[in-house]
Amino acid sequence: MSTSRTHACAIVAAGLTLFSMNPAAQQSSPQPAAERRASPHPPAPKGPALGVPASAEEIAAMDISVGPDGAGLPPGSGTPKQGAAVYAAKCIVCHGPEGANGVNDRLVGGQGTLTGATPVKTIGSYWPYATTVFDYVRRAMPYPAPHSLSDAEAYAVTAYLLQLNGIIGADDVMDATSLPKVKMPNHGGFVSATGPGR
Amino acid sequence: MAKLNPDDLEPVAGNGLLPRRLFLTGGLAGLSLLRAVPISAQQKVPAWMKAPGAPLRPYGERSPHESSVQRIVGPPMPGTDGSGSSRTPLESLEGMITPNSLHFERNHSGVPDIPPAEHRLVIHGLVRRPLTFDLEKLSRYPLISRIHFIECSGNSTALYGAKPVQGGAGAIHGLLSCAEWTGVPLGTLLDEVGVVPTGKWLLAEGADAAAMSRSIPMDKALDDVMIALYQNGERLRPENGYPMRLVVPGWEGNTNVKWLRRLKVTAEPLMTKDETSKYTDLLPDGKAMQFTFPMGVKSVITSPSGGLQMPGAGLYQISGIAWSAAGRIRRVDVSADGGKTWAPAALSAPVLPKALTRFRLAWRWDGKPAVLMSRALDESGTMQPSRDALLGKRGAAYRYHYHAVQSWAVSAAGEVRNVYV
Repeated sequence: MSTSRTHACAIVAAGLTLFSMNPAAQQSSPQPAAERRASPHPPAPKGPALGVPASAEEIAAMDISVGPDGAGLPPGSGTPKQGAAVYAAKCIVCHGPEGANGVNDRLVGGQGTLTGATPVKTIGSYWPYATTVFDYVRRAMPYPAPHSLSDAEAYAVTAYLLQLNGIIGADDVMDATSLPKVKMPNHGGFVSATGPGR
Repeated sequence: MAKLNPDDLEPVAGNGLLPRRLFLTGGLAGLSLLRAVPISAQQKVPAWMKAPGAPLRPYGERSPHESSVQRIVGPPMPGTDGSGSSRTPLESLEGMITPNSLHFERNHSGVPDIPPAEHRLVIHGLVRRPLTFDLEKLSRYPLISRIHFIECSGNSTALYGAKPVQGGAGAIHGLLSCAEWTGVPLGTLLDEVGVVPTGKWLLAEGADAAAMSRSIPMDKALDDVMIALYQNGERLRPENGYPMRLVVPGWEGNTNVKWLRRLKVTAEPLMTKDETSKYTDLLPDGKAMQFTFPMGVKSVITSPSGGLQMPGAGLYQISGIAWSAAGRIRRVDVSADGGKTWAPAALSAPVLPKALTRFRLAWRWDGKPAVLMSRALDESGTMQPSRDALLGKRGAAYRYHYHAVQSWAVSAAGEVRNVYV
């Protein structure tokens, strides 16, 4: 233990020495990050470069995010009918029959209520991207056992919720190609308050 | 020091507010200030001086007489144990730092128990060299320490309601805490992985059972975001992200992703559940504002505050906190007459950017009904809005980013209640 601590201190000291003893090299190294700063903080110090290269396999095992363009969607597919069975077994307890009147978030209905006195925000009325439904189901649902659904089951539940909201047909198959093409009713309902170009 | 006669002090604003110079010059040293808290009876021969006290102990605990100071834990939601929030009891604390045991919590699927040796952070996506880091390696990077508040964007949301809810400062505003965070500047690690020019956003993902994730603009990531490893000098508490978390200074708490396990550099935001269906602000026209990150300039008087009892007319110490994502607090004004007149409060040094700033002011309460208010001005020149002004721009469906002036009514009986003015 004491040996490894000594080692750690030596590494840090080496990194700091480089930073303080060689300012010219530090400033001349390409730092596109620094050019974009509008901060009172000085540029981030150079670290000791202890990161371990991440293999494609490692990244694939950890990367569960799905973008609105469908990037990250896995192989597999599901239909609303298949999703109804999964929903009845694993979702209905919290979200109620057909995605409403459950003890937890309502998932279906509410379209046309966003300008009213009591907006009902659901997948059908509010969510701008269908890919978000798959992403969230796969990473966090069902609440007591996340990561327990197969990718096909996640596609199927997503398809069922889209069909309950009247967004896709009863026979539509959701997969990596079709899901990103689904246009949500509130797709144009969001205005970004920040980000590049603003 | 010469003893001051409080009757010689001229109020500087209505209902008995006294000059802030009393705090700034130490002129209050001769005065005994009442606080709206009980004071235990004096003992002339204390028993604790008649025998040796408790032995040394390897890990400290607070006085058992303070055990009533607790986080205010919200009710569990059916079927989702571990989701929800607990609030910091602001009315029981002083200064600018929140003790770690009382830092607020907001969890989306409980607090994971993470063995630090098994935890990895991977940075990948639009980078030249995807890399993994563990806690031991990150601890060897040059560390920085910064004092910053974290506020849930749902803080104070009950005040959007038509009737003023009754509760203490913590129950209403306690999704807010402030700590010294120590960790690695995110820019250091982004330099190491080499962000390619198309990388404009960063997805941050936690290792909790919700894999809670948010997208953060690259400009902010390179500005002042850090990967925090320590909280007020000790390793992060489990409920605050052990073994590593993002601290995104001034931005809504949800972006300060806890139990950080993955950062993916992307060209566009990934539109996660918590940046579309939640944490977005629905306007009256049906459009919703998205990525409304900075927490607006805000202040609240914590003593006296809702639920506390004023023991009687006399000289009081008004104490509160102010903060803003825009930087430092420049000034805090206090009113004791419902906003008719205001007096500047004394700001307690240090006044740091994106940190809680403690303000204080002396007040001679005459025992009649009064309404206490505070309004903060930040260094960008933005003044905390009145409730009417804030609601005027927002519709009935707005749930987040409430930062209007808080009003506490003091009755002749000394009861303090939340009111709308």
